[in-house]
Amino acid sequence: MATAALQLVVRRSVLPEVSPAGARVHFTMPSEIGWIEQAVNLIARHCLAGVPANARLRFRLQVAVAEALANAVVRGNREDPAKAVSVDAELHPDVVVITVTDEGDGFDPARVPDPLAPDQMAETCGRGLFLIRKLVDDVRFNERGTSICMTFSRR
Amino acid sequence: MSFQVSRDDGGVTVVRVEGQLIVGNRQELKDLLGAALDAGDRKFLIDFAGAGYIDSSGLGALVGLSRRVREAGGELRLSGLNEDLRSLFELTKLDTLFAIADTPEQALANF
Repeated sequence: MATAALQLVVRRSVLPEVSPAGARVHFTMPSEIGWIEQAVNLIARHCLAGVPANARLRFRLQVAVAEALANAVVRGNREDPAKAVSVDAELHPDVVVITVTDEGDGFDPARVPDPLAPDQMAETCGRGLFLIRKLVDDVRFNERGTSICMTFSRR
Repeated sequence: MSFQVSRDDGGVTVVRVEGQLIVGNRQELKDLLGAALDAGDRKFLIDFAGAGYIDSSGLGALVGLSRRVREAGGELRLSGLNEDLRSLFELTKLDTLFAIADTPEQALANF
């Protein structure tokens, strides 16, 4: 894959105003699905570095971030190469807060159908947001529906 | 390489997922099973013992493949889901849609 030779450029800074032991991580990602796995690896590595191993948190984080990035790339930016996906993570001792923002038209999360409804069970899509809500401790959206903020407890 | 394909003595096409099954590679799995189906294969096992994580696109691809195989008169089974992966199927109730065995050997024993 051509994109494999490229690298996501990460900015990592301390977060003294919020937490003395905290850090902030930021990067932007092209609107290509081929970048998602690398971006998930990157964010997981930063979020889980220097803390006791927590396999369940790693899994929750990987799946939820992969979902949020896929939504941003495919549904938000519609894979438009002129648009980017922005990823911000705040790393605190007790929580990790990850925000994924796209440059699309936004959506209303309240209008996403319930994938457990009988008429939805055989559908091949529409489970992403549902999984995020199940795997993440707190989920918020901005008013436009172009940004999702996910809080993971480290406990 | 995301998927390793082999064929067992009973004529079951076995696909081992190595790494993730996500939006970036689900089409590869769909193409792979689609080609085997077109070639006449009807029994499929997808083993996740070497898998990392699955996203909703990966789950959706499995739902679509299961339907396609069933409509052709075949069967698709799954195996090797660890506790985390199994939880994704349980949360989405897809565990009711698939025959899921603990190991590939168990899945193949009565296929």
